[in-house]
Amino acid sequence: MSVLTYIESNKGKIKKSAFELVSYSNELAKQLGTELVVLTINVEDTNELNKYGVSKIIKISNSELDNFDSKIFSNVIAQVAKHTNSNHIVISSSLDSKYMAPLLAIELDAGYLSNVVELPSKLNPFTIKRTCFTNKAFCESTIESDIKIIGLSGNAFGAIENETNSSSENLEVSLLDRKITVKSTEKVSGKISIADADIVVSGGRGLKGPENWNIIEDLAETLGAATSCSKPVSDMGWRPHSEHVGQTGKPVATNLYIAIGISGAIQHLAGINSSKIKVVINNDPEAPFFKAADYGVVGDAFDVVPRLNAKLKAFKAQNS
Amino acid sequence: MRILVCISHVPDTTSKINFTDDNKVFDNQGVQFVINPNDEFGLTRAMWFKEKQNATVDVINVGSSNTEPTLRKTLAIGADKAIRIDAEPIDGFFVAKQISEYLSSNQYDLIIAGRESIDYNGGMVPGLIAGLSKINFVTNCTSIEIDNKSAILEREIDGGKEILNCDLPLIIGGQKGLVEESDLRIPNMRGIMQARQKPLEVLSPFSSDFKTNSVKFHKPAPRKEVKLISPDNLEELIDLLHNEAKVL
Ligand SMILES: Cc1cc2nc3c(=O)[nH]c(=O)nc-3n(C[C@H](O)[C@H](O)[C@H](O)COP(=O)(O)OP(=O)(O)OC[C@H]3O[C@@H](n4cnc5c(N)ncnc54)[C@H](O)[C@@H]3O)c2cc1C
Repeated sequence: MSVLTYIESNKGKIKKSAFELVSYSNELAKQLGTELVVLTINVEDTNELNKYGVSKIIKISNSELDNFDSKIFSNVIAQVAKHTNSNHIVISSSLDSKYMAPLLAIELDAGYLSNVVELPSKLNPFTIKRTCFTNKAFCESTIESDIKIIGLSGNAFGAIENETNSSSENLEVSLLDRKITVKSTEKVSGKISIADADIVVSGGRGLKGPENWNIIEDLAETLGAATSCSKPVSDMGWRPHSEHVGQTGKPVATNLYIAIGISGAIQHLAGINSSKIKVVINNDPEAPFFKAADYGVVGDAFDVVPRLNAKLKAFKAQNS
Repeated sequence: MRILVCISHVPDTTSKINFTDDNKVFDNQGVQFVINPNDEFGLTRAMWFKEKQNATVDVINVGSSNTEPTLRKTLAIGADKAIRIDAEPIDGFFVAKQISEYLSSNQYDLIIAGRESIDYNGGMVPGLIAGLSKINFVTNCTSIEIDNKSAILEREIDGGKEILNCDLPLIIGGQKGLVEESDLRIPNMRGIMQARQKPLEVLSPFSSDFKTNSVKFHKPAPRKEVKLISPDNLEELIDLLHNEAKVL
């Protein structure tokens, strides 16, 4: 009856999002009066998890699992869920986890809800809050099946530190044949991805052209932030499509979202609204973004952003 | 090659979202419905396969008769036939089950869905169909080429992309990149006239349960007023982000 959570890793290192996932799952297990089991795949050192109240870890090590495959991974997690007799499975909102979740749901005949933002408000019927209409609304939803899969939104819950000791079990699983071959993988190296970032610096059409993006990139570098952009900016080819955020682009649920030269169209706001703190820098005091932001600066980006960057650098130097 | 495009009928992106009936039901008063944007990218890519590789393109929707104008629009864009399974879509599983049952007696080489619909944002229908129908599945798909019975695809991954290869039959969850914004088609008069003659089949639903249920909706709490900071006092912004918002 335990709660099972699968945490992702990158080249053997646990992803930062895992700590939030584990914290949430721990609270869920408490609410259900059961224990949490954490599943890792190809992670050598799981010590970091002890800080977040994990007491039981199942480790799978198999080099065939170095490359993600949604079918094979969902089948592995289903095997583990059966082994641990888990009725509640918690996964992240990474692209890989969202890819895998529906396949896992079929394997386990489970109900799956994505974009969950809270612990269940009721256990019977199992009722939980998720976002819908691309962050324009919330929905209280029930999962009616015995086995339940919860896809937790990033930065919805936060990580809770709670030092424990953990025991781990190594588990052998059987693997399905690979039907989809990965021919190549291309990662933007040295850059933090929008999904992993605590801070995102975003530029819009107000920046006038791709040649001006250095002010966005410099600010992002100072803050250790990812960069993103509005839709027309990627449509015009100023920035790659992978940076397009909003209703038809990537969702952003970060701690701090800084919008520079972005007007704040409803489709843009829908995608970034679940970010905790929003800052807008725009020279038009009437720009709709000012109605959606926590902090705003009315000013010319080309003047404000480099000065802000210099001051932030000084601030960082002082506070590190 | 036979292609089936799954079409979700959703509120236009500029819609104000409201609920009625004690917040239990989406209020479609004054809301304009459109083809789900992710599905429209897929449909447009399907038209390319029709024109360049002689594919036939059918579209399918699980919904009430309210969705028919949206289906007619897909026919006007160039789809050959529309199928509507006459049922209120209760949850993603229910929709996937309907389409999967349809697939068990109708053969397609490629099924194109959107990576998610912009109303319920479940992001699960294509994957559930893949699981139920036991066919290959690639989501967040930003490019697809078909050669004979094999596909080369590009998938967006966190922080990059990967190139994949697999056999048909295949279902994809599509998004922008499959085609560009500028490739999207607005139906012309001739297309609209032709659409009237094209078949729109209405099927009774297959029996299915559902696994989740949307019980009640609410809108986010109204925001506090924005705090404006003078461009001459950017230290204040840093101070607020550090001490008040605690995000630095
Ligand atoms: C179906 C559909 C889906 C869409 N999906 C998305 C989506 O997912 N994401 C998205 O972003 N958009 C989306 N859009 C587009 C959206 O409606 C807006 O057109 C877009 O967000 C505007 O981008 P922008 O803010 O960069 O540009 P603009 O609206 O042109 O705004 C530029 C802003 O920059 C400011 N500015 C100009 N010069 C300066 C300066 N020197 N310093 C500071 N500020 C300056 C201006 O005051 C203005 O507010 C969608 C539209 C549709 C119809």
